[in-house]
Amino acid sequence: MAVTDAPKIITTRFDQADGHTLDGYLATGGYEGLKAALAKKPAAVIEEVKSASLLGRGGAGFPAGVKWGFCPPGVFPRYLVVNGDESEPGTYKDRLLMEKDPHQLIEGVLIACYAVGCSQAFLYVRGEMAFAQERIAQALNDAYAAGYVGKNILGSDFSVDIVLHWGAGAYIVGEETALIESLEGNRGMPRLKPPFFPAAKGLYLQPTIVNNVETLANLPWIIKNGGAAFAALGAENSKGMRMFAVSGHVKNPGVYEVEFGVTTFRDLLYAPVYGGGIRGGKELKAFIPGGASAPWLYPEHLDTPLEAGVIGKMGTMLGSGAIVVFDEDTDMVKACLRLVRFFARESCGKCTPCREGTSWLEKILERILDGHGRPEDLDLLLDVCDNISVGMNWPPKQTTICPLGQSATTPVASAIMRFQDEFEAYLGGPAEITVEVKGPAFVGPYVQEAASVD
Amino acid sequence: MTDIETSVSITVDGKAVEAKPGELVIDAAERNGVYIPRFCYHHRMEPVGMCRMCLVEVDTGRGPALQPSCMLTVAPDMVVETESPVAKKAQDGILEFLLINHPLDCPVCDKGGECPLQDHTLAFGPGESRFVEEKRHYEKPISISDNVYLDRERCILCDRCTRFAKDVAGDTLIHFQDRGNGTQVNTFPDHPFASYFSGNTVQICPVGALTAKPYRFKARPWDLDVVESTCTSCSVGCRIVVDASRNEVLRYVGVDSDPVNWSWLCDKGRFGFESVGAESRLSAPLAKDTTGTLAETRWSDALNAAARAIKTGLDRSGPAGTAVIGGSRLTNESQYAWAKLAKGVIGTDSVDAQLGDGLPAAAIAALPQATIDEACVAGGTLLVIGSDPKDDLPVLFLRIRDAVTRHKATVIELAPVPTSLTELAAHSVRTVPGAVNETVAQIIAGDGDLSAVRDQLASGPFTVLLGRGSVAESPDAVVAAASALLEAFPDVRFLSGLRRGNVHGAIDFGLAPGLLPGRVGLDDGTDWFGRFWSTVPTQTGLDTAGILAAAADGKIDTLILLGADPLGDFPDRELAARGIAGARTVIAVDTLPNASVLAADIVLPAAGFTEVDGTTTNIEGRLSVVNQKVTAPGTARPDWMIAAELAFRLGADLQLTSVDDIWDEISEISVLHQGVTVAQLAAETDGIVVRPVGPTVEPIAGEPLGEELVIADSEADGSTAETVADPEAQDHAVAADAADDVAEAEGHEASAVEAEAAAVEVGPTTVAFPGVTYEAPAVDAYSLRLVTYRKLFDLGTLVQASPSLASIAAGTGIAANPADLDRLGVGPDDQVKISSSRGSLTATITPDATVPVGTVAMAVGQGDPSPTVLIDATSVVTEIRVETIA
Repeated sequence: MAVTDAPKIITTRFDQADGHTLDGYLATGGYEGLKAALAKKPAAVIEEVKSASLLGRGGAGFPAGVKWGFCPPGVFPRYLVVNGDESEPGTYKDRLLMEKDPHQLIEGVLIACYAVGCSQAFLYVRGEMAFAQERIAQALNDAYAAGYVGKNILGSDFSVDIVLHWGAGAYIVGEETALIESLEGNRGMPRLKPPFFPAAKGLYLQPTIVNNVETLANLPWIIKNGGAAFAALGAENSKGMRMFAVSGHVKNPGVYEVEFGVTTFRDLLYAPVYGGGIRGGKELKAFIPGGASAPWLYPEHLDTPLEAGVIGKMGTMLGSGAIVVFDEDTDMVKACLRLVRFFARESCGKCTPCREGTSWLEKILERILDGHGRPEDLDLLLDVCDNISVGMNWPPKQTTICPLGQSATTPVASAIMRFQDEFEAYLGGPAEITVEVKGPAFVGPYVQEAASVD
Repeated sequence: MTDIETSVSITVDGKAVEAKPGELVIDAAERNGVYIPRFCYHHRMEPVGMCRMCLVEVDTGRGPALQPSCMLTVAPDMVVETESPVAKKAQDGILEFLLINHPLDCPVCDKGGECPLQDHTLAFGPGESRFVEEKRHYEKPISISDNVYLDRERCILCDRCTRFAKDVAGDTLIHFQDRGNGTQVNTFPDHPFASYFSGNTVQICPVGALTAKPYRFKARPWDLDVVESTCTSCSVGCRIVVDASRNEVLRYVGVDSDPVNWSWLCDKGRFGFESVGAESRLSAPLAKDTTGTLAETRWSDALNAAARAIKTGLDRSGPAGTAVIGGSRLTNESQYAWAKLAKGVIGTDSVDAQLGDGLPAAAIAALPQATIDEACVAGGTLLVIGSDPKDDLPVLFLRIRDAVTRHKATVIELAPVPTSLTELAAHSVRTVPGAVNETVAQIIAGDGDLSAVRDQLASGPFTVLLGRGSVAESPDAVVAAASALLEAFPDVRFLSGLRRGNVHGAIDFGLAPGLLPGRVGLDDGTDWFGRFWSTVPTQTGLDTAGILAAAADGKIDTLILLGADPLGDFPDRELAARGIAGARTVIAVDTLPNASVLAADIVLPAAGFTEVDGTTTNIEGRLSVVNQKVTAPGTARPDWMIAAELAFRLGADLQLTSVDDIWDEISEISVLHQGVTVAQLAAETDGIVVRPVGPTVEPIAGEPLGEELVIADSEADGSTAETVADPEAQDHAVAADAADDVAEAEGHEASAVEAEAAAVEVGPTTVAFPGVTYEAPAVDAYSLRLVTYRKLFDLGTLVQASPSLASIAAGTGIAANPADLDRLGVGPDDQVKISSSRGSLTATITPDATVPVGTVAMAVGQGDPSPTVLIDATSVVTEIRVETIA
């Protein structure tokens, strides 16, 4: 499959100089989706979104319309919380959406609030994104002044308040229950499940929908153009367009909106309009398909389409849409440490395996890189991983409360299983691996009709 | 227990187990003999699932998966494997994780030997660590409060202490800080963990991260000699273990008594053990020598001198010339012995265990009583009058807080100034000092804003916590309020808020004017006690204020202070001084010196808590055992022995030769305690609640009057509640709580039958609620009204004899409403003269908007300036004037 010429949906204003202003937004069809939504019954809006088969763009890929339906009927108030705490290494799509097209997000929030029945929304923006906060604050002020947000929106009986909230700098707050804790003013620590979805009991123990920025940004187009038009794009289980952030050793790192489920990794990394190939004409060594916590893929997987179901069956994920590319010169032990260190530093410290295990992994890797590795260290690394994520299965089985601890084990398992020789070079001799790694991501290329792995 | 009707069938390690609906897997397994290791889980707190030690494999039909058993409620047909290879590997892994940064300094750690981390490592953990890197380092240890050290290197971050501070105590002063591997528990700068309950965090810490300063490096657990007992620091009656080594008490540990303290203790109780071994303990009798100074003497000389003084007094003025103040420190048995000496040998009724800071004994004795469980029942209502339980009865405060924050109980508070319950109360009503009865009348009438309070009270049976808040006013207002409530809501129950150690024992055993042992009035009891005692007083005697006034007038020949310090504790300092000075002979029986002891003519050293066996009575009327662990210093001896010796020298024989002997006599004579045996007391670790014989009514045909012994097991089916729900019942109800198994329950029934069979004689009935006519004086617009309040840590004798507690006293504080201060032209730093009809003092007043207009609030027991110079014990309220000093 080559690069498609499908129209862009949510990045249309990225090159428009005044795309972030209310005037620029209105001039390019802004708030038309909201008007169309207000003309319908909320249930019809939900149906429209369901028919679009819009998968959540935050990482877990849960269908947005279905998630809205989890709110227990008749329980109010309900809250909408926008997860703008984009912190996964290599992920920067939501930041651009917030900086370059804040009104599109606000319109999406309004449509979601109307559909779900919320009169209060919270926009939780990562603390470090000062520019995005500024742009959203300005956009909110303008939208309030113009009557798009606030009481009796556009003369209807629909009223919504949107509160902009700044995060305080913790990756874990990207986890929705930790985000809710943080929003309530507590330490950003994940809540225990059940309840499995905040839709049942979330913010202030009320039904709460937590949606990703990109997910919501799709709503104005879907309402304007119909769910069917959205579903016409993409592949069987991955509809519409989707943003991918490409970083690492490519010629053109950046965010690209591509047709979901159809475009392949080869297209995205090598096509001149996208990644443009490996920097300096080098060979590809490996790439992370969906954020730092996703099991790695290798050159033999390049022709896999960016399709959630296919990638999932292979034993990894598209996650937050962050693709990180390693060229042939990359030291995979150092790359592994870099990723593990991130997770160790971002562990919230609530549960034992993640708090102790991730920093132990970091210490072992540092020791190996310092030249004090021992042959048994690879087995030790994998066994520590096993004690955090049992069997390193995919989908993971964790001993932790949330998936952060398990996220630190995937780079370790990926790196050791594929690049054992690079580790042995640091250890100064061969290492025997006895720990069983069950995760299927580390074997086999993509085949067209991927057999069910489970 | 197997008497639950519905149960959930699950399988634990291949064994079929019946779990209770809604029970956690970890509890269901433990009840059935399978202990799942845990660190963060504590059954008195909400589970958090943080340590992950309790991971087990659970199959609910979708295949086995690792689950924290402390977070999982049982479901039908659940299959739990606690020892499967996957579960064992997970537990092994968690322990290894917990140990990699643990310093393993067990040889110098107080917890070593009783450490869950040590024990679990032995039972469930890996033999050796694969961790070769550098461990986490912190400064060790740091002081986080007056009595607690924190060693962050040992901490395994289980959230027990922080959860306790936040959820149980409500003192959110220790927190998790930083994150990930750098997560630590700490206080914020300049905000120490100044909680009344800080010692509990040491007890629940599953490692040696939190250690108690008073116990640090004092002993190894395996060297400790232990005995269960009951704390008598206040009247809640918390069950404790007394840990001693080499005849020295080294610490108290809370015992999880379900009806009482749930394993919690307050710091005053926990660290008050230091007063047992205080340097200043009285260890030999003292008597004034020819120069008037107290000097050591022999027991026989001291006792002869004391007996001579009493005899001389009897000859001169008759029984009324002898008076006894105090007795709350004593065990029930010693109280009985002293009551027998005073009332049955000497014949005086001027005996009062309270020091003008409590409530009339007859009122407390007659009000229908509630247990703590009933007062803190889920969804119930508690009306608080005249009590700040956090300062008076700290662990009761924890129980109330739990009821409100976790079990939807409603607290209504009537108080002249805000208390620690204010923030928990659904309604906090400010009362005019000395006029709480008027507020109660308005509530009953449903006046204005108070109609919501009336509706809440009328919505179901409720309990009143009845105490004596301010000592600057007479207790009559509180009694009048109780009387009105009793009339308006016939099924209301009361929980006493009197705080002195065994004051309820003192009331029950006759150390109160007008009462004989068993809460029997003089008139009703004369015949009954005449059969056992050589004499019984015929005229109601004086209370402490009356005794002191009589002494000041020269009418008291011998004043016996039974562990009492009127000079320090009586609200009217001037009267106390005149009384002590006016008594011809003052005999002090005490454990420690205090101002009143030092003013006495004869001092008899008594054996104190942990040095005597016996029983004590708590606010519920619950009898529980206190045990001896160490020997008393020098020649100090138990109070009952001193009473017996004095009686002997007065030519009488109390016929009391041992503690058990005394109890046997009590169970024969006291209608309140009939049928309660020494064996029962020893068997019931949760104690036995006694309930009075109700007012005499016509017996129902076929039922014996006043003789039926009802034994109820409150845990099983709430039958205790039924028993006490009917105050009119003429049953003599003895509710034995917490019979945990069938065999024990059967034992009770057997003894009940025996008691019934053996009961031939009909005893007197207990006192009826005394009527009270009280009208609050009109507010004097030219004066301010004084309100006093207590703090847990004060300048009291026992606190000051405990070095770890001595310095925590809150200090004096005088506060008034800024509007009043503005009106009087008083600035925050201005020296003012505060005067009453009694006296005056000079101080500064802090503006405090929470103090109602027209009121001045002052702490008692915190030294000078003290409100006791302003209070006139004969005045109903204390009106004061404030003038700036030019």
